[in-house]
Amino acid sequence: MTTESTTRSYHYSEFHPRWYRPRVSVYWWLWQRHYLKFILREISSVFVAGFVVMTLFQLAALKGGPQAYADFVNSLASPIVIGLNVIAFLFVMFHTITWFNLAPSAMPVRLGGKRLPAFLVAAPSYVLWVAISVFVSWLILQ
Amino acid sequence: MQKQSNEAFFWVLFSAGGVVAALLIPVQLFLFGIAFPLGWLQAPTYDHLMSLVRMPLVRLYLFVLCSLSLFHWAHRFRYTLYDGLRVKHLNEVIFTLCYGGAVLGTILAGYLLWTIA
Amino acid sequence: MADTITLEIARYSPERDPEPHFQSFQVPVHKEWVVLDALNHIKDTEDGSLSYRWSCRMGICGSCGMMVNGEPKLTCATFLSDYAKHGSKIRVEPLRYFPVVRDLVTELSEFLAKLKKVKPWLIHPNQPPLAQGEFLQTPAQVDRYKQYSMCINCTLCYAACPVVGLDPIFVGPAALALAQRYNMDSRDQGSDDRIAVLAHPDGIWGCTFVGECTRVCPKHVDPAGAIQQYKLTAVLEWIKSFVMPKGADAK
Repeated sequence: MTTESTTRSYHYSEFHPRWYRPRVSVYWWLWQRHYLKFILREISSVFVAGFVVMTLFQLAALKGGPQAYADFVNSLASPIVIGLNVIAFLFVMFHTITWFNLAPSAMPVRLGGKRLPAFLVAAPSYVLWVAISVFVSWLILQ
Repeated sequence: MQKQSNEAFFWVLFSAGGVVAALLIPVQLFLFGIAFPLGWLQAPTYDHLMSLVRMPLVRLYLFVLCSLSLFHWAHRFRYTLYDGLRVKHLNEVIFTLCYGGAVLGTILAGYLLWTIA
Repeated sequence: MADTITLEIARYSPERDPEPHFQSFQVPVHKEWVVLDALNHIKDTEDGSLSYRWSCRMGICGSCGMMVNGEPKLTCATFLSDYAKHGSKIRVEPLRYFPVVRDLVTELSEFLAKLKKVKPWLIHPNQPPLAQGEFLQTPAQVDRYKQYSMCINCTLCYAACPVVGLDPIFVGPAALALAQRYNMDSRDQGSDDRIAVLAHPDGIWGCTFVGECTRVCPKHVDPAGAIQQYKLTAVLEWIKSFVMPKGADAK
């Protein structure tokens, strides 16, 4: 919208006075706590993809033989990589928690006519997550 | 019935990927990315991991984990670019890069898991 | 608690201003006063040109929505004492993401058009004759859509939703929740008529479940929940459209 000089002219569009249309800043998500939380949740997907990339490297290293895998394990031991993985882990946990907590909104569960409270619907997901994590750990750590 | 958009398909992939990522990624990332490198837990030997990876069920598990997680990323990242950076005019480019990346990763995962042993 | 509090109010007059600016007013703090009382006080005693919408002053008409310190609120339900306690100023602006007509008044015609777009009425082509009696609904059937019928069209959810701000064509939380109110009503048979508008990139697929709409809704309508539930429905409809195409050239 052009900024006309504000002398004594009235600023009219075709049928009404000139409405003010504020522009949304590119940094809209930085200025509100809730928006920032949302964007961080969305960015967690990058770390999810990052984990897949790490796993693909791990598989390629396994395929390459014991020496290749040993090299891979060494690269994971550098402080920078560990630091990155800690950050990645935090983001992935953020994804897990927000996902389980939000899923009940999409699937209202009705028992005897009344809708179950969200945390009850979310609880089985957490239980399942713990169970799977324990099982997978057991498989790997044997 | 009137025609509806095909977004539903991508949303299903995103949701399935979200569930898989939420349930399965934390433990594996914690073990291989933090606990083993820091020595908190005894890292598994090469032979043990190979014996695991030889099992068809494990390979299927890893394939589903990798593929769906990538499609989850593709969908979410695509919308983040639209909203966060407001680059909606690059629609087709973003779409191709995101889903193309997911497809490539899926093919790579499939190849690695098929030929690993 | 302080005796007076400062209100910084956005002023915009299309005849005089190229863009809005803020004007400060001192307002006495009474225990039971809300921001709307403060605005009325200012208009009565200090500046009669201050323009804003309000009506019922009890949270049911949906007219008095404004941004209060960056949060979309009903000004008839926002107490001055909550802000005076912390010694802070109160910044009052028109609801975000709408064109501003003047001062605190927003332009709502786009919003009303979006409401109309989702066909918010009972669609029942083969209505039985009146002599056969009225529709009967069990409490369980009412419960399925009752929450979504509580919307007062205050547009706080549109001011909260970043997608509305980034993509003005996005149908928006209230309209989508309203569509669900009819889709879930057992008397309605119009789900198919609404699909094209809802299951569209500017409909539910534009929503990224930020969840702000549900957080700010004064009537606890939970539009975010309504939208996510419809996403599941839309997926089923999409699958059905391949497995059992219902006569592609009908309608």
